[in-house]
Amino acid sequence: MSFEDIISLITGQLGDVIISEDENATPKAVEISAKELVNTMNFLFENDQLYFDMLSCITGLDNGPEDGSMEVIYNLYSIPFDHHLMVKVKLDRNAPKIDTVSHIWQTGDWLEREVFDMYGIEFTNHPDLRRILLPNDWIGHPLKKDYKEQDTYHGITVLHEDSLNKEKES
Amino acid sequence: MESKIQYQYSPENLVKSEPNKFKQENLQSDELVINLGPQHPSTHGVLRLEVLTDNEIIKEVIPHLGYLHRCFEKHAESLPYNQIIPYVDRMDYLAAMNSEHAYAMGVEKMLGIADQIPKRVEYIRVLVAELNRLASHFVAIGTYAMDIGAFTPFFWMMRDREHIQRLLEWASGARMLYNYIWVGGLYYDLPVGFEDRCTDFINYLKPKLKELETVVTDNKIFIDRTANVGVLPLNLAINYGVTGPMLRASGLKFDLRKVDGYSVYPELDFDIPIGEGKMGSKGDCWDRTYVRVLEVHESVKIIEQCLEKLKTDYKRDKEFDPQALVPKKIRPKAQDLYVRAENPKGELGFFFRADGKSDIPFRCKARSCCFVNLSVINELAKGGMIADLVAILGSIDIVLGEVDR
Repeated sequence: MSFEDIISLITGQLGDVIISEDENATPKAVEISAKELVNTMNFLFENDQLYFDMLSCITGLDNGPEDGSMEVIYNLYSIPFDHHLMVKVKLDRNAPKIDTVSHIWQTGDWLEREVFDMYGIEFTNHPDLRRILLPNDWIGHPLKKDYKEQDTYHGITVLHEDSLNKEKES
Repeated sequence: MESKIQYQYSPENLVKSEPNKFKQENLQSDELVINLGPQHPSTHGVLRLEVLTDNEIIKEVIPHLGYLHRCFEKHAESLPYNQIIPYVDRMDYLAAMNSEHAYAMGVEKMLGIADQIPKRVEYIRVLVAELNRLASHFVAIGTYAMDIGAFTPFFWMMRDREHIQRLLEWASGARMLYNYIWVGGLYYDLPVGFEDRCTDFINYLKPKLKELETVVTDNKIFIDRTANVGVLPLNLAINYGVTGPMLRASGLKFDLRKVDGYSVYPELDFDIPIGEGKMGSKGDCWDRTYVRVLEVHESVKIIEQCLEKLKTDYKRDKEFDPQALVPKKIRPKAQDLYVRAENPKGELGFFFRADGKSDIPFRCKARSCCFVNLSVINELAKGGMIADLVAILGSIDIVLGEVDR
């Protein structure tokens, strides 16, 4: 099934949920709003002709404080029909919030926790939203563009030797 | 001199970092929390499992990751594309060639030079990647047998893996972290005589593989410990995004080497083994190990065909330069790209965003197979016995370097 067919199926069933299309991306991508996410994902999973049964990857992305936005990118794949789709959602950087898809694909559970840990994007209705790679009392979300490491963690110096030397020099 | 690293222990610190999900006061009368790990022989790396038990029955397993976290994605945002390859090696250090191959493929696709790569380079890439797949499966099967309690297979597997490591060391100069496959080519052509010595190795290996099969299929203890343990139904596997031998053991013929047909895999002849539930039910621990054993045979087949091609159609010659297509400056156009490849443990994916202005990726995300495969462990272990937990954990075949990245 081609990208145009997928688009026409979505718009035919759900109306104007697609904000923009990105033909330059591999696989080709659509952008939808955060409000429509669960509705659209449900459709993509349940429709007999699309049937995206595999959620390969959820990527968080920070466009930086100047741009003021964050993105969550979903890579979907359908095993029986062998077609791909990339779904992008843009969020406000100051209060990033999005609905979970972990009730549709359970793999979303851990992948969303990772995005939450690294970017601080909150997934509403997530069953168990805890940090996954970092301890719970770690300050900040490391993959944000303006992230600053804390100096010490439980008495351990976090800054590595290079930055310590720089501090001494200055 | 006073050491810079000092951990100030205090009970409040421990409470604040919340190492456990289950609180002591919330447990019911028969329940008990047991910690498996952080260090355990069945995990290749550091992983702690918080196990909630009711006598001998497992009620829930909560994996706690992050002990090895070395910030691959943060590093990747500050390094040029070609300098990321050594970090890619360190993710799944038992199958570094495969990860390199996936990464190089992704960057080549972004640059638009993916179809210009010379055939000899592609065949060498597949050859070394399949050799590494053998080595990875040997570790998986050998250490798994050791988890179950048998020692001999471990030594057999390590003995054969040693030959592969020496071959790859000869080609690249390193035993585990190769940095051999470069964007647009290879670090160096194969050393003179490599094809012959590799053929010798394959001839040596073939009779040895029979030993391997007898260990798995004829060993009553092994079958009793693994058959009908940790059964993963197919629909659950797909819903959890499980890939690789774990998915195939659940009965789906799905291999990205065939489905996506990347590199020169479409020109090669090999089968995709799947689990059939010969000793128990489909998708149990025994099936997962057996699929790996069968895959070893398929990899041997691929290696033979690659060697044949490298000796006849794409022979070594003086003009050939494996670095001819390696770009001086890697600056892809602004785009998003998701690329995936079949690693020994499953689907390894890379998501790139290039901004088109710099030779540093704006975002480079690694979708690791071990991370996703591990997330299903609670479903596998729930309701089972504590004694089976190590068997289940071992059959997933995780490398914590890739889980934490």
